[in-house]
Amino acid sequence: MENNDNIDATLNHLFRQESGKMVAVLIKIFGTENIEIAEDVVQDALVSALETWKFRGMPDNPKAWLYRVARNRAIDIIRRKKHSKTIDFSDPKKQLLTSEYTLKTTMEDFWEENQVQDDFLGMMYSCCHPDISQENQITFILKVLCGFSTKEVAKSFLTSEDTISKRLYRTKEYFRKHKIRPEIPSQSAINQRTSSVLSAIYLMFNEGYNSTHTNQLIRKDLIRQAILLCQSLLSSEQTQLPEVYALMALMCFHSARLDSRVTAEGSIILLSAQDRSKWDHELIHSGQDYLNKASFGSTLTTYHLEAAIAYQHCCAECYENTNWNKILEYYNVLLNIADDPIVFLNKCLVILELQGPKEALLALEGIKKNKLLEKYYLYHATLGEIHLRLSNHSLSLAHYDKAIRLTQSKSEKRFLKDKISSYK
Amino acid sequence: MKEFMFLFKGGDEVWDSKSPEEQQKHMQHWQQWIDEMAQQEKFVGGERLYPHGNTIHTGSMKVIDRPLTESKELVGGYLVVKADTLDEATQMAKGCPGLLWESHVEVREIWPED
Amino acid sequence: MKEFLLIIRGGHDESEHRSPEEMQKHMQHWQRWMSGLAEEGKFVGGQPLKSEGKTIVEGGSRVIDRPLAEGKELVGGYLLIHADSLEDATNISKDCPGFEYNCSVEVREISPM
Repeated sequence: MENNDNIDATLNHLFRQESGKMVAVLIKIFGTENIEIAEDVVQDALVSALETWKFRGMPDNPKAWLYRVARNRAIDIIRRKKHSKTIDFSDPKKQLLTSEYTLKTTMEDFWEENQVQDDFLGMMYSCCHPDISQENQITFILKVLCGFSTKEVAKSFLTSEDTISKRLYRTKEYFRKHKIRPEIPSQSAINQRTSSVLSAIYLMFNEGYNSTHTNQLIRKDLIRQAILLCQSLLSSEQTQLPEVYALMALMCFHSARLDSRVTAEGSIILLSAQDRSKWDHELIHSGQDYLNKASFGSTLTTYHLEAAIAYQHCCAECYENTNWNKILEYYNVLLNIADDPIVFLNKCLVILELQGPKEALLALEGIKKNKLLEKYYLYHATLGEIHLRLSNHSLSLAHYDKAIRLTQSKSEKRFLKDKISSYK
Repeated sequence: MKEFMFLFKGGDEVWDSKSPEEQQKHMQHWQQWIDEMAQQEKFVGGERLYPHGNTIHTGSMKVIDRPLTESKELVGGYLVVKADTLDEATQMAKGCPGLLWESHVEVREIWPED
Repeated sequence: MKEFLLIIRGGHDESEHRSPEEMQKHMQHWQRWMSGLAEEGKFVGGQPLKSEGKTIVEGGSRVIDRPLAEGKELVGGYLLIHADSLEDATNISKDCPGFEYNCSVEVREISPM
């Protein structure tokens, strides 16, 4: 008999990888007005896998097994509901699901490999529609396309299950009301629509990468899912766009450094103090490949530049060898594309490295009284650091205090407090 | 629940011998019978057929300008209903008004129910 | 457009001599043919039937434990389609995959009540 832990691990992995694809196909079959039916079918398949495998052992091809169970369950539901008004069978292809002459063969067609991939991407584009708020987009993606439970999504967002349920409900209502038919956008709309999908993926990645979360498992799960989603975009010709490669490169470079960013106790380690031998060089290498592929065509997005900056950090053998001039150059181009105060703040940090605190302070004068920055802890932490280096201890202290009050993250707070206590 | 098909065969001669009023009354009985099944959500669909038609034979693919079976075996219409078993469906079919006019009813299960 | 019932008869003996692979291929033919009809908006519905059944005769007083017709005359399934005329419906029926299994097809127009 199979080891139960092994079964749990395989199923969990399989579920994260495949449940979204299965749900997407089932949504195509049952319609976006019946997302719950699709989710139930996949959930049933999971439960039946768990029960059967524990009893009879793991099948040779667990993925095929799971798909087959879902397919048969879908056939059962169609047989039961073909005369009810729940499911709309008016589409010619779906009409064939109502006859036993064609039910099984038509069902097989729906699960054809390429079809599955397209349905999954179609679902991703549909739920990243600009009409849906970004937090609802990500909630929906995690729940429906990444196989997270409501509880897991709630944990990922540091919010209640109730809030997550409400967000999911709103998105499902949107699908119902607008009778959305998931599909990959046409060639003319693909760039614009992909940009929404990418920003959802990047936000999800940052949700995991950001140190506001203390739970390492959740963070890694989010990062892995973001990368998986990006990978599925790259696996289809229609969506192999330069900006997708660029985001993929960026996420590779960032995650390569993930384990060296915090101590075992969860304290932050600054880039300058990180053990670079801990960086994942295989990931950095993949990142380079993706970045090369991102450079075809004339598209230059923020992802390209952020990836290029991250690469400069990754390829420096030690902190002192960082090519700050190159990085500063990238920041200037980046600011031309996206006039973002936070990007500007990061540029000031580069100036601090390159030209010292006086120049950095001078640069920062340019964005004084920005409301967004005033509430951003990193802005105050930066000012704290600059004033510290200029030996303006009281000003430095005031900014650090403000930074501590503004950050939600325990490890950030601890990091800043340690900083103050070193010169107080 | 399974699905069954009722095939109504024969009885055309009796139908033709009746007056329009009698035919109309007979059709009301059909309506009542079907409506009763519909109330129980057991009626799926069904139609009545014109007696003429074409038959394509296998092999030669020859088209003959009449139905394959005639008179007593001529299919005059069909219904699709829901029932749990063949026996239950047969019981339901016994209420068919066509039986009173010398039709017979063939009860068949829709293929397949795994 | 009018509605027609295609009564598909026979073929049962034939299907028992085929391998599962042949059966599967046969069902794919059905799928191809019917999706063509569905694309043109001509498919309404239809089902294959199990070969066993019962027949109620003599005004409902007697039940025979099988369909009266057998072999070539046994109804194996039905399809409802849209067509312009009996001729049109007959032409459509000529492509029915049932012929691969020695079925015959009876084409009948739906009658208004």
